[in-house]
Amino acid sequence: MSTFALRQPGELYESQKLAIWYFVVAIALFGTQIIFGLFLAYQYIDPDFLYQKLSFMTNRTVHLNAMIVWLLVGMMGGVYWFLPIETGREVVGIKLAKFIWWVIVAGVSVVVLVYLFVQIGPGTAFTLWFINEGREYIEAPRWADVAIVAWVAIFLFNVIATTLAARRVTGLLGVLIFDLVALGALYTSGMHYTVNITMDQYLWWWVVHLWVEATWEVLVGVVMGWSLMYLLGTPRKLIETWLFLEVALVFGTGILGLGHHYFWIGTPEYWIGLGGFFSALEPLPLVAMVVHAVYDSGAHRLHTVNKPALFWAITQAFGNFIGAGVWGFMQTLPQINMYSHGTQLAAAHGHFAFFGAYVGTVLTLVYIAVQNLGKRVQIPLNSRLWSWAWATLVFSIIAIVAAFTISGFAQTMIERAELGSTWNAFIQSYTHPWYTNTHWWRFWMGMLFLVGYVLLVWDLLTIGRKPAAAAEGAHD
Amino acid sequence: MDYSWIQIAVAAVFLSVVITLVLSRGYGWLSPTFWRNAAVVSSLIMLFILMWLTFDTTEKVRPGASQVPTWTVINHEIGLTWNAEERRQIPVIGEQTGFFGKVYSPEEAYALINKGKMTLQSRNCMECHQILGNGAYFAPDLTRAWLDPWWEQRVKPMVGAASHEEAVKIWLMNPDKYPQGQRRMPNLHFTDEEATALVAFLKWMSAIDTNGFPPRFGVAE
Repeated sequence: MSTFALRQPGELYESQKLAIWYFVVAIALFGTQIIFGLFLAYQYIDPDFLYQKLSFMTNRTVHLNAMIVWLLVGMMGGVYWFLPIETGREVVGIKLAKFIWWVIVAGVSVVVLVYLFVQIGPGTAFTLWFINEGREYIEAPRWADVAIVAWVAIFLFNVIATTLAARRVTGLLGVLIFDLVALGALYTSGMHYTVNITMDQYLWWWVVHLWVEATWEVLVGVVMGWSLMYLLGTPRKLIETWLFLEVALVFGTGILGLGHHYFWIGTPEYWIGLGGFFSALEPLPLVAMVVHAVYDSGAHRLHTVNKPALFWAITQAFGNFIGAGVWGFMQTLPQINMYSHGTQLAAAHGHFAFFGAYVGTVLTLVYIAVQNLGKRVQIPLNSRLWSWAWATLVFSIIAIVAAFTISGFAQTMIERAELGSTWNAFIQSYTHPWYTNTHWWRFWMGMLFLVGYVLLVWDLLTIGRKPAAAAEGAHD
Repeated sequence: MDYSWIQIAVAAVFLSVVITLVLSRGYGWLSPTFWRNAAVVSSLIMLFILMWLTFDTTEKVRPGASQVPTWTVINHEIGLTWNAEERRQIPVIGEQTGFFGKVYSPEEAYALINKGKMTLQSRNCMECHQILGNGAYFAPDLTRAWLDPWWEQRVKPMVGAASHEEAVKIWLMNPDKYPQGQRRMPNLHFTDEEATALVAFLKWMSAIDTNGFPPRFGVAE
């Protein structure tokens, strides 16, 4: 077995125990995200549902914020899981890490309660600091932004100090540190107020785009690299070469690919060409990951120490390519984007991309951790239930995305191309049968997604306790 | 800026490739060192170009520069005109008509629009609407909301307003009373001052040159 050998439950590092807490909160917030998503789906069917009590805007704030936090928490949990294995020692500053973790859990609870029960405030700086910043994705009030920066700083300190103490900077650790510095710094670019809406959105995208289409993608590369070493025993040299290739492609296309958000916000015209060109290249690293996933899992004939984790890793590669790559490319060229921007097509892309790129990643990590939690480590980790959860979640998200895509095409056609983008054009589009027919579809597929989530949680709670199946050959 | 987007794109890719090749002499293209160099070089070059373009963009989106209007645009008529050469709409600033019967000085206009922006954020508008095309997709895009013919055709007679700005303001303060379509906006309890400021913000935003987005605004088949 490699350095990434399985550990018996009694041998877990403190950092790995902390990682478990990260995963518990991540999965709980995943559930929160789904519930509020269902409220939203039902409000499309009946706009008067919870009107003025929990209006669409409040539910959507919680739906989005729960997602961002659980995915980030899940990936950070993955780092706390693998960091001691990578460095061969306990994480430096683990007490501080545990302390800030509970501060963050308390902070997230307060932020969500304020979203739900206070919702909005007067048009003053007080609201922006203590209730809601009113900027999509980074709605968290400013005090919470400060807490998030402190959290990332401590996380970065853990990684750097542990790396230094181990006196061994691997390629994976080098990329991780490089990426976390960028991730933390970029978040601060969203922590400002300006009256000029064009400048506001210009810098807002530095957080939103350069997180999800650059630094998060690289963070995924690092944790998936460790996961593949664990799951398939892939040699480090191969993993690191692919990771460097991925960073070159992700940052090489994604940094100026930022320009695809600068087509229509009042920024100069050169962004149309630059954004179109570089964002059209953004799927390249995602194609590379699919090639690698197919090759590597095929070479091992799907033999692994952990079946569900390997399946979620493969789902991640395909989901990222199709959801982020294909669905993104579909509307990234400015000639199409002018009509499709700000329609349900964007929601289709968002759902598919986040599921593919990030949900797949975090669930891979969670299943790896779960393998080490029973009385003894099962090899290979397997159950019938995980495949039902996997199939239900994958099927229902594809159905939800299909519904969004169809209503998106209808909206693009009716509101933008035919009727001239006005208020009336908007009403005509969302009352058109091609659009309304998808409402029930997405709601019921959302319910099915919830069923998949319940199966997933049930499996996570039971899979590690089952007696081990016949050894199928871990690392071939 | 003296360079076209094609020149910038070609230069960015060319520099990334050439510098990587030079730094990686002696290493095969399959070696980790080659791709480590590629990763660092392409990241730094793209970051450098982003910084450079950010300085240029910041100059051009300053209110009163080429893309974004001055604050006092709220005192004027605003419209969209078809640019036949570029085949897109561009905003045009017309004669001075005042705003709620008053001509705002630059300082007053700034303070009002600033209050409007704070109000926009404090009521979480973006979580249903789109602002410059970004936000949620449950309610209409607000980029050109001020110019929407719906205000004159339907809302103004419905709320009994005397002017365009008054129609927008009364409706914003009572959206639950005057539903439009099936989806109703919740009453967000704007004060009188906040509603005036929000209308000013929407009017100012409608004069931003958005490269033609949203397409063919108000031009129905």
